[in-house]
Amino acid sequence: MIQTSNLSKTYNKKTVLKIEELDIPKGQSFGLVGNNGAGKTTYFSLLLDLINPSTGFIKNNEIQVNLSEDWKPFTSAFIDESFLIGYLTPEEYFYFIGELRGRNKADVDALLAQFEDFFHGEILGQKKYLRDLSKGNQKKAGIVAALIGDPEVIILDEPFANLDPTTQIRLKNIIKELAEKRGVTVLISSHDLLHVTDVCERIVVLEKGEIVKDLVTSDATLKELEAHFSGTESA
Amino acid sequence: MMKISHFLNLEWKQFFRSSHWQKSVALNILLILLALYFMASFLVMGVALYPILKEQFPDQNPLIIVNGVLFYWWLAELMIRFFFQKLPVMSVKPLLTLPVKRSKVVNYVLGKSTLSFINFLPLFAVIPFGVMLIINDYPLVSVLVWILAMIIMTLIMNFLNFIIESFSSDSELAFLPIIVLVGGLFALNYFDIVSLSKFTGNAITAVYNQPIYLIVLILILVGVYLFNFKILKQKLYLDSSLKSKVAEVNVADLGWTKRFGDLAPFMQLDLKLIWRNKRSKSSAFLMIIGLLYGLAFYPNPTYQEMPWIFGFVGIFVTGIFMISFGQFIPAWDSAYYKLLMSQNIKYEQYLKSKFTLMAMSVIILFVLSIPYVYFGWKILLAHFAAALYNIGINTHVVLFGGAFNRKKIDLSQRAAFNYQGTGAVQWLIGIPLMLLPLAIFGGVYAISNFETGCAVLAILGIIGILFHQKLMRFITEKYLESKYKMISAFGQDS
Repeated sequence: MIQTSNLSKTYNKKTVLKIEELDIPKGQSFGLVGNNGAGKTTYFSLLLDLINPSTGFIKNNEIQVNLSEDWKPFTSAFIDESFLIGYLTPEEYFYFIGELRGRNKADVDALLAQFEDFFHGEILGQKKYLRDLSKGNQKKAGIVAALIGDPEVIILDEPFANLDPTTQIRLKNIIKELAEKRGVTVLISSHDLLHVTDVCERIVVLEKGEIVKDLVTSDATLKELEAHFSGTESA
Repeated sequence: MMKISHFLNLEWKQFFRSSHWQKSVALNILLILLALYFMASFLVMGVALYPILKEQFPDQNPLIIVNGVLFYWWLAELMIRFFFQKLPVMSVKPLLTLPVKRSKVVNYVLGKSTLSFINFLPLFAVIPFGVMLIINDYPLVSVLVWILAMIIMTLIMNFLNFIIESFSSDSELAFLPIIVLVGGLFALNYFDIVSLSKFTGNAITAVYNQPIYLIVLILILVGVYLFNFKILKQKLYLDSSLKSKVAEVNVADLGWTKRFGDLAPFMQLDLKLIWRNKRSKSSAFLMIIGLLYGLAFYPNPTYQEMPWIFGFVGIFVTGIFMISFGQFIPAWDSAYYKLLMSQNIKYEQYLKSKFTLMAMSVIILFVLSIPYVYFGWKILLAHFAAALYNIGINTHVVLFGGAFNRKKIDLSQRAAFNYQGTGAVQWLIGIPLMLLPLAIFGGVYAISNFETGCAVLAILGIIGILFHQKLMRFITEKYLESKYKMISAFGQDS
């Protein structure tokens, strides 16, 4: 589904991302982990054509993202609060995204009904603007908005941060279901090793912009990751 | 311990490290030229005032005449300050938890405001006028006291303005308080209910004669300073800026926009944007002022003799919304620009909805301006031509200019000291939009006649409308070219 080839991003001679080759097949739940500055958000921004690659390219379903906009209809993302429109209510925001993705109000309402649990009664019908919601609730709205319109590729940057424990657990179930039952390719990044190993079939570790590990998740994965990040791994 | 030098250091970095500065050198040069122009004008006025007054009114004392009209100058000054001078913005949030006294932050911000260019400008007239007085054998000490009094009054105006701004910033109609205040004072004086101009004139003359009265002015200055201090210190708490009134939202349906098809979601978004954010709302209220602007010209018989001005007024009256809203495209959407860029939309649709909004505003404003026909059919003709020009040429120019927009707009306005955020720069961008048609219209009028002038404006507008598709494609390309730059600039905080 997503092919990365010879990709690099350089700011003022400093290379922040360098990926020779990375293929993510359709329907995979893919996790990206790494310390701050490892290049996770840079990779997602390149995938969404928000920044320009210095070399190489990313193909999303055979469409090279920085040349054509045709990947947009089947790709959605929630990277940070700048994906929210602060002066809309959550409902208006969902309907707006719905219209952009060719879904009418009824479609959107049907989708939202599935997430009643996830919203925990704090999002819908509040008569508040998104900008007046707490950070955690903003995040919930943003994540659900990214699910509107049956996208085939969903990109979530740090989805677990700022969420309360109950919501984290619910979100994990949502992500698992998307990948397993609906064949959606889900890309997430996280600092929380436990969550990532729980959710993702495959985990790639970035370090200073380069891939240093590419693991198929198993029972041993969490231990291996912990060893890697605590620096006790035998070299 | 936090020192003033720390503040200055922060400001310096904020200014020069923002992407806005690096990209708008040309604009800064223009601002400097404008400043030089004003300085020169004031200087000439200061030097020439004395001899002119002496010649026109040989049996009166020029100083007394000047003191008599100071009232009007101060009223004008208050108006000008309200629209052009903003309290210096500083990001205070990070400072609140550091060991810095709140009073120090407030004193610094207020102190910095006195260094504004607008406070130095009057000196360019006051000092040369004072020198002329001394040359003409006025007592040295008294003249110096007079100059000092002028400086103190300037500072009083400076702080008074911030008090007015802080009160009007919370209200829906931000312009109303200042207009009521200035208009009311002017009316009181004009209809001789209270002769304020005589009072202020006598007061300043009294200070001139009796330096001891300076104390009164100084006390007023201290009073307005302390009042400002009090207001700002209250605002320096996180919750006062964070707990923004979470008023119940009334959800508008805006179903009528559906007839715009593809554009409907964007039109709805834009309408909500305008209505739900303080800053954009005030640009909508400018429409009312713009509409009434014609009244400043048309009832006056002098202007009836110079119909070339009609074209200019027409551009202004029908284009006020287009100019005040359009010049911030696409910065209005800067807060969620990444979303728009990664969503399933085409740039062209997005721009087209902005175009439609502006074109509609021009049509609506033209219709609303029809009553001006009372002052002559020529006005209606000129407004019609101007409306066509606005739709055909100016909207495209404004959209094109937006491709070079690199300055983020903070819609939520939560920075503690940020009142309206519309500064001098905004008006500068309007100049080519208004002066160019004025030049065309005036030029044609000079070599031919009024009707031809209207025809030329209208034809230019129609040409623009005919080439709309082509122009939009060209403009869209420009936006695509600068896409990455805009995303990164809108991601910056200042």
